[in-house]
Amino acid sequence: MKRHQYRADALIEVLHKAQELYGHLTEDRLLAIAHSLHLPPSRVYGVATFYHFFSLTPQGEHSCTVCLGTACYVKGAMELLATLETESGLRAGSTSADGKLSLLTARCLGACGIAPAVIVDGNVAGHADPEVMRARVRALLDED
Amino acid sequence: MGLSDYIIMRELNFPDINRFERYCQVGGWEAYRTAVKEQTPATIVQMVKEAGLRGRGGAGFPTGIKWSFLPKDVFPRYLLCNCDESEPGTFNNHQIIDRNPHQLIEGVALSAYAIECHTAYIYMRGEFAAAALTLEQAIDEAYRAGLLGKNILGTGYDLDIYVHRGAGAYICGEETALMESLEGKIGQPRLKPPFPAVAGLYGKPTIINNVETLANVPRIVEKGVAWYRSHGTEKSPGTKCFSLSGHVNRPGNYELPFGVPLRELIESPEYGGGMKGSRPIKIIIPGGASAPWLTAKHLDVPLDYEGVAAAGSMLGSGAVIVLNDTVKAPHVAYKMDEFFKHESCGKCTPCREGTHWLVKVLHRLAEEGHAEPDDIPTLHGIYRQMAGNCFCLLGESAVMPIKSALELFPEEFEAIIKASNERHQRNGAHAIPLRVS
Ligand SMILES: Cc1cc2nc3c(=O)[nH]c(=O)nc-3n(C[C@H](O)[C@H](O)[C@H](O)COP(=O)(O)O)c2cc1C
Ligand code: SF4
Ligand code: FES
Repeated sequence: MKRHQYRADALIEVLHKAQELYGHLTEDRLLAIAHSLHLPPSRVYGVATFYHFFSLTPQGEHSCTVCLGTACYVKGAMELLATLETESGLRAGSTSADGKLSLLTARCLGACGIAPAVIVDGNVAGHADPEVMRARVRALLDED
Repeated sequence: MGLSDYIIMRELNFPDINRFERYCQVGGWEAYRTAVKEQTPATIVQMVKEAGLRGRGGAGFPTGIKWSFLPKDVFPRYLLCNCDESEPGTFNNHQIIDRNPHQLIEGVALSAYAIECHTAYIYMRGEFAAAALTLEQAIDEAYRAGLLGKNILGTGYDLDIYVHRGAGAYICGEETALMESLEGKIGQPRLKPPFPAVAGLYGKPTIINNVETLANVPRIVEKGVAWYRSHGTEKSPGTKCFSLSGHVNRPGNYELPFGVPLRELIESPEYGGGMKGSRPIKIIIPGGASAPWLTAKHLDVPLDYEGVAAAGSMLGSGAVIVLNDTVKAPHVAYKMDEFFKHESCGKCTPCREGTHWLVKVLHRLAEEGHAEPDDIPTLHGIYRQMAGNCFCLLGESAVMPIKSALELFPEEFEAIIKASNERHQRNGAHAIPLRVS
């Protein structure tokens, strides 16, 4: 926050940094940010919940995000997601009990040219094949 | 008809073009050096105006004319480069940055010089973390070379360029929402007028342009108006980087001069390479999810702003999505409107509620197969109440998928309703208490 000189308009950057450091944003942290930027807590909470990027619940150690945008949808993203849901026993949008994996979905990722697209731990995998992805998800879940 | 000289994807095969020295070896940054040393800002604006460069962000508004809307002698001014790129099907902006970041930075710098501004922001979609990094490194290189910062090349001109990361919200691509977001607020659009050129970021005169738009500027300044106008058509000069996706053999970004027929983009072995498995084309969405649908009978439509508009759609962001006969129109409309519902910022009622109801009815009908006999008039009713009543274009765009689906493929909705009736599945569980005349 120092880097941004406690400026109110740096709020989004500050939230990015906080999420990078802690994995997710808690109400306490939001309150602390509000104090240091001299902003009403409602404003900070509002911004943190408006943008899809910010998460107020803990995320898994690994993440697997399936794109459900139009181009991916027509290339079988739903079947892909169903395969991964079955394999992991997770519903899209949830995290495994041991905190290993979050299974997420996204709108168009801007990778329609290589649809269907999946992001595993920040890396985009294109032309995602359900069987290959199933194995990757298994590996992430079994890892210790 | 391949291009001999690309404008947006220039030096396509020049290795390491993303590095400063390499970009300079092919004449990069020269246009900017010459401009700040020898040309007046007004000259650059005039060139861009005469070249007829049109905004690639969706509306196709002439860029030079937009620049001249700035009120005289009001400073500071800001230049914003829009790389929120979230329109479904659009994926060329971040490729331009990944491949050749200096071209965009030179474009931003030249444009900033032309409109006499000293601070420019590049607003990156939050998900493009890698591209943001690439861009920041390239900007650092330009600073080190003395092309950005204070007293550039000893001319007394100062310019700072910042990269700002968004955080995952389609609406922040809308120009005024983007400004709110840059100011650290919830990205909801502002009332226009005042237009950004008069009161934009922090209430100051602001110009906002798309990545692809600004990436054109160095070439225009370097090679001149006549050269630029030798590409494309009279009213849509230059080239466009089309993002082709869907059931084609070769999805990808292809740069073509404006005016090339849709058929060539889809069928030419150089580009789309035809349909996968030679299945017939059912739906063509020529300009991202916000554009009305076309069909196989529109293959001869020329890909320029006028041509696509005459066919009843819009070129928009140039994202061409081609779907074959395996898709069902109600499902496609459902998926697209689900996107708009998810991204509706919630500021105005027609969009917030309208997208919600559309998705509710479409989900029941398309996904679950439970249809009410009057679903078709209900759907017509919902989008008619949205059309023309939304605060910004997101709500208006949400009308397009369902309107197109109902107009072009009514029989598919009827079939679902008929099948549902026959199965006597109307158990009331999904009834919706909505009657629209
Ligand atoms: C909902 C909505 C989303 C938009 N998203 C983008 C976007 O992601 N990128 C973009 O350049 N323009 C987007 N626009 C258009 C911008 O508002 C603006 O018109 C454009 O950036 C102007 O640049 P141009 O003149 O270079 O086209 C969007 C508009 C709306 C209404
Ligand atoms: S039309 Fe939708 S996105 Fe635009 S202001 Fe209204 S609610 Fe927000
Ligand atoms: S629809 Fe999945 S990347 Fe565009």
